[in-house]
Amino acid sequence: MSDTGTSEKIPFMQRVLDNPFLLLFLGVTVPATLYLVWGLVELTQIPVAE
Amino acid sequence: MATAAGEIGVIGGIAAKFRTCPVTALKIDLAAERLIKANAVAAVVFLAIGGVLGLLVALTRWPAVHLLDSDTFYMVLTAHGLNVLLFWIIFFEMAILYFASAVLLNCRLAAPQFAWIAFVLMVAGALLTDFTVLQGDSSVMFTSYVPLRASPNFYLGLILFAVGALIGCMVFFGTLVVAREERTYEGSVPLVTFGAIAAAVIAVFTIASGAIILIPTWLWSLGYIGHIDTLMYKLVWWGMGHSSQQINVSAHVAVWYAIAAILLGAKPLSEKVSRTAFLFYILFLQLASAHHLLVEPGLSSEWKVFNTSYALYLAVLGSLIHGMTVPGAIEAAQRRNGYVHGMFEWLRRAPWGNPAFSGMFLSLVMFGFIGGISGVVLGTEQLNIMMHNTLYVPGHFHGTVVAGTTLAFMALTYLVLPLIFRREVMWPGLAKWQPWLFGIGAGGISLFMLGAGTLGVARRHWDITFADAILSFDYPATAFLMLGLNGIFAILATVGGALYVAITVASVLFGRPVHERNALHALGPLPQRVVESGSSAQVGRHGSEGFGHLPGTYTLVAVFFVAFALYYFVNWKYLSELWPLS
Ligand code: HEM
Ligand SMILES: [Cu+2]
Repeated sequence: MSDTGTSEKIPFMQRVLDNPFLLLFLGVTVPATLYLVWGLVELTQIPVAE
Repeated sequence: MATAAGEIGVIGGIAAKFRTCPVTALKIDLAAERLIKANAVAAVVFLAIGGVLGLLVALTRWPAVHLLDSDTFYMVLTAHGLNVLLFWIIFFEMAILYFASAVLLNCRLAAPQFAWIAFVLMVAGALLTDFTVLQGDSSVMFTSYVPLRASPNFYLGLILFAVGALIGCMVFFGTLVVAREERTYEGSVPLVTFGAIAAAVIAVFTIASGAIILIPTWLWSLGYIGHIDTLMYKLVWWGMGHSSQQINVSAHVAVWYAIAAILLGAKPLSEKVSRTAFLFYILFLQLASAHHLLVEPGLSSEWKVFNTSYALYLAVLGSLIHGMTVPGAIEAAQRRNGYVHGMFEWLRRAPWGNPAFSGMFLSLVMFGFIGGISGVVLGTEQLNIMMHNTLYVPGHFHGTVVAGTTLAFMALTYLVLPLIFRREVMWPGLAKWQPWLFGIGAGGISLFMLGAGTLGVARRHWDITFADAILSFDYPATAFLMLGLNGIFAILATVGGALYVAITVASVLFGRPVHERNALHALGPLPQRVVESGSSAQVGRHGSEGFGHLPGTYTLVAVFFVAFALYYFVNWKYLSELWPLS
């Protein structure tokens, strides 16, 4: 809330959400590993027909 | 304008010219304003082109009309997908990014000259791709699956467009930094800006995936690369193709919140809950790209189920949260405005005569009921097999991206005209009907394509009578009926779309100028007992309403869940009948 005193400690999650570059990092690395890299690794393991 | 325009703020050694918005009290950087205008105008132009192409497609798929010959059909279908899905939507989103950063944060836009370079690249890229498609030898659909090969300029245009969009995103992030450094806001950014951050984050992943796949494909089309694996192409391409749809979802949800704030002074029920829902988008929505590969061999069920079922459901949870908190915020604001009787006075007495409101609410309802529910069905590995590559798929995404995103953006336009272009909306009587015409048309084409798809009618198919095919197949008569109805509602949607384009263009060119005196009036009908004037400033603030007494919203949510559960169950039943296990 905007009326939070400045001296008060800002909660952890709020600090995360207030940091756009952390969000950018997460939003790129999470799908890059779980979707792209994992998927590509599986594709490279398909045996090639002779 | 005679108002506070021309105030010069010299911050951090850089001069920028501002004016003060008479409605929201926001300080508007004139450089940002010009860019918002340019991108919005480009968006509307591409929507006009793409919408006409959509009508041609629908009239060809209407067997009784069967308008275009097959070659033209596939060319037009390719161009339709590109112009509406990429060009219209992304130009409009650039405008939203500049609005949500510079305007909502009372800040100057970082590096406007780069934003102009971005704009020029995007226009050049879009035109290059369009002209290439119109040559007729690049009818590869907007997905351009290899080994289909388009002319090199098809890919080059898309690459230029994407580079432009990426620069636009960097200007957005740069503006966030400037705003923080120059302390133009206190505490956290407003929720609408936060939604735009989610959209921009997803956009960066989207564009990166696009670069990874389109640059090699371009080189392949030029002959520098010998071979591109088809499955690898699909995997990476959908990292772009699907994620780009999630930019739309984040952006249009932000637009819902913005319209509710500007028109009704609505506050989010809980900043924490709504932001967490956006965080779910950032983390999980892009993983659902895997639903496009659910029937591909070579990828494990673990990968498919993790990325679709698990991640997708978390992302859907995000949408369910917004689906509740947006109407909840509206209900709370309306109750504050004095509409407290019964369960639904707040909704009945909402400003339905205001196209920004009606468009927004229709978008919310249709996105949830049509796009959302069909999306979960398609995203379930077992059910997907029944509808894969049928018209069910375009049915689903016309529910999300047309009835949802496009309608939301149209609704926002009715506020952008008075607030940014500073022009009154022309023909308010017609404007009042526009969202209904387009919304009902778009809802109709979505539902009838879903219906045809359930009967197995293939998407991207020129002739379901198989007149010149060696092997023929008889679709049930209902399938033909569905395609006929689709054609009729396509005409309705086109009329609504044309009206939107006409009203927008006429207002920009000939609308009555908006000054301080008529600014509030120019927003169109507002709730009759709107409490404080100046409540529109809510859009740039931070703070929660709290989950108070919201019986209407809870009822709507319950109806949604019942519909959802029933439909989901019916599809499993249908699956068991298609594939009897006994
Ligand atoms: C007047 C409004 C519109 C009409 C009548 C319309 C109609 C259609 C029809 C009939 C199809 C063809 C399905 C098939 O044969 O596979 C289609 C495809 C498509 N539409 Fe629309 N549409 C409209 C607006 C839009 C908008 C606003 C968007 C995006 C924001 C959109 C995105 C798409 C996409 C991405 C495809 C798929 C193209 C492909 O399969 O490559 N449409 N549309
Ligand atoms: Cu998708």
